[in-house]
Amino acid sequence: MDIALEAALKIAVILFIVLTFLAYLVLFERKILGWIQLRVGPNRVGPWGLLQPLADLLKFIAKEDVTPDTPNRVLFALAPALALVPPLMALAVIPFGSTIELFGRKIALQITDINVGLLYVFALGSLEVYGIILAGWSSNSKYSLLGGLRSAAQMISYELALTLSVAGVLIQAGTLSLSEIVHVQSGYYFGIIPRWHVFWYQPLGFIIFFIAAVAETNRVPFDLPEAESELVAGYHTEYSSIKFAMFFVGEYAAMFVVSALATTLFLGGWTGPGAERVPLLGVLYFSLKTGFFLFVYIWLRGTLPRFRYDQLMQFGWKVLVPMAFANIFISSALALWR
Amino acid sequence: MSDVLTEVKKSPLDSEIVLNMGPQHPSTHGVLRVLLKLDGERIVHAECEIGYLHTGMEKLAEYKKYNHVITITDRMDYLNSTGNNLGFVLAVEKMLQLDIPPRAQVIRVMLTELQRIASHSVWIATHGLEIGAMTLFFYGFRVREAVLQLIEAVCGGRMMPSYFRIGGLARDIPDGWTQRVRDFCDDFETQALKEFDTLLTENPIFRKRTEGVGVISAEEAIQWGMSGPCLRGSGVAHDIRRAHPYSGYETYDFDIPTRPEGDVWARYLVRVEEMRQSLRIVRQAVEKLPSGPVKADAPRIVLPDRHKMKTQMDALIYHFLLVSDGFPVPAGEVYQPIESARGELGFYIVSDGGPKPYRMHVRAPSFANLQALPKLIEGHLIADVVAIIGSIDIVLGDIDR
Repeated sequence: MDIALEAALKIAVILFIVLTFLAYLVLFERKILGWIQLRVGPNRVGPWGLLQPLADLLKFIAKEDVTPDTPNRVLFALAPALALVPPLMALAVIPFGSTIELFGRKIALQITDINVGLLYVFALGSLEVYGIILAGWSSNSKYSLLGGLRSAAQMISYELALTLSVAGVLIQAGTLSLSEIVHVQSGYYFGIIPRWHVFWYQPLGFIIFFIAAVAETNRVPFDLPEAESELVAGYHTEYSSIKFAMFFVGEYAAMFVVSALATTLFLGGWTGPGAERVPLLGVLYFSLKTGFFLFVYIWLRGTLPRFRYDQLMQFGWKVLVPMAFANIFISSALALWR
Repeated sequence: MSDVLTEVKKSPLDSEIVLNMGPQHPSTHGVLRVLLKLDGERIVHAECEIGYLHTGMEKLAEYKKYNHVITITDRMDYLNSTGNNLGFVLAVEKMLQLDIPPRAQVIRVMLTELQRIASHSVWIATHGLEIGAMTLFFYGFRVREAVLQLIEAVCGGRMMPSYFRIGGLARDIPDGWTQRVRDFCDDFETQALKEFDTLLTENPIFRKRTEGVGVISAEEAIQWGMSGPCLRGSGVAHDIRRAHPYSGYETYDFDIPTRPEGDVWARYLVRVEEMRQSLRIVRQAVEKLPSGPVKADAPRIVLPDRHKMKTQMDALIYHFLLVSDGFPVPAGEVYQPIESARGELGFYIVSDGGPKPYRMHVRAPSFANLQALPKLIEGHLIADVVAIIGSIDIVLGDIDR
């Protein structure tokens, strides 16, 4: 009973914090894009635009929810949920920090530490493609259909590279549990360089992981499924109101999850000076590292043009996948040599 | 048109679909409609439909006195308004055989070249946005804003200046304006052009998206009647400013950029280089700007100064006649081409000796360039369609008139 209550509380707290964070991530993105583009970004609602997420939310709720003449209303309604729920579920295994003591209990800053955490995250990542392809199909619009098909092909191709790039980390760490992968990376070599995978043994894996993650979350320069200049808005062209908001939040949640995953797998998660003793410091380190990735996402969006569909597929299959395989061989050789 | 729409699927295995792109679509530059027959994402057949912005401007011109038509020409190619003004004004002046004072000619050249820079900036902004580089959009529009402010300082209008008059200019430029133009030239060269180069020219993704896409050979480009940067992108060094100089373009030192490839990338490079050449022309014009009147000495055609009109009897009479009756233009016909930002913009005017054109026809560069679109996009992917439409740089107001 106690354990169930504790887990329920942790889920509630983490969902609340993460969803608020995502809402402000949107504001943050608009601000940064504004600065890159010589604008000021949102600044009308609240001081410095801080109430903008609230206004956006109210608008999404208040708008009329239009359902087009669709062959399948159930799938049309189900698709946004399929896009939003898997990334939120993936939050369950991400270690946000070490252990804190509250009311005389030791509470790990992770909802649950299952021993196949990494597999769990990838399983959920594969589910996400259903939301997009079902949305594209059930919208009964050619633009949506093309967006959905592109997305399915893209996500399946890049998921391969994403998963393969992580195999190197598995070989190094010897575990699938995310909290143990973090522990493996704690400490320093030569007393100064952290034992993060990005510095030791896995720099190539990290690069592949990050590129594939950008493609997996449909962000610039791989944002073909929703390429607005070609396909209007891609798979969510026909969606409005709260259903559109679910796709929107789903995309940002996925961004957050892969950034958190990159932090955990390659940047040592919450580890850092003093994080063992002061757990909140660990949470801060984790947020900063994740925030760095999110910033890079936004930075890319402000800078790069978009790939073409065939170039994207070529890049995925002919460059990233072979590189990921090479990385596995190198990692295995290094693991044997050690 | 109709055969594409009504064609029935022959077998269930036939995977071709017809996609209707536009007239409401984010990247058809307004209200162009393109019907695409797709096999997967590849275009098997394409057809354009235009006319959604038709406003009957050529017909309207038959009911307006010559000086009133200038305000209509602004609204045709709304990104190149001073160029349109210039083309029309030159055509009428040719019929009247008017001599334009040198100061007015130099100011005309300056404004037309500034407008060309603005037009190309809007093109680079929208072209970049369509290929996915959204930041460029704001950088391009910032340049255009600077130019529009210069135009506003001269005549009060921004997009629709109507500043040129038959026989010269509406009024002289304000004090200190040439210094503002100099400052703009320096800013544009040191800042905007560098940003364009960093964000697009040196970007490998942009190169990959544009090289070898929408190729047209020099012969074909000529056969389709293409002109301007689209023609020069195929390697033909044809520029009206050099081939049939007007407004004293023969006295300026500038190059005609060409590229042999004939693809989207070549057209991109040509336009970026054209902005540099326009900058050179503007700088030369600022340096050589002579003093003197900005209106021709032709009291039956050019409105007198406000001051003279109020103090001199003959000026008042001419003013009254010009405003109430206009001025007659000798019967005959004339064709006057100029090099607009998009290519050969020609005004063909027939006069029956009255104060209004008997017939006006505009040879719109966008219209002729757009004809080649189906040929350019067939066999390419959907993503290339927006890149190719962007590289032709059409303005629907110019096409439909």
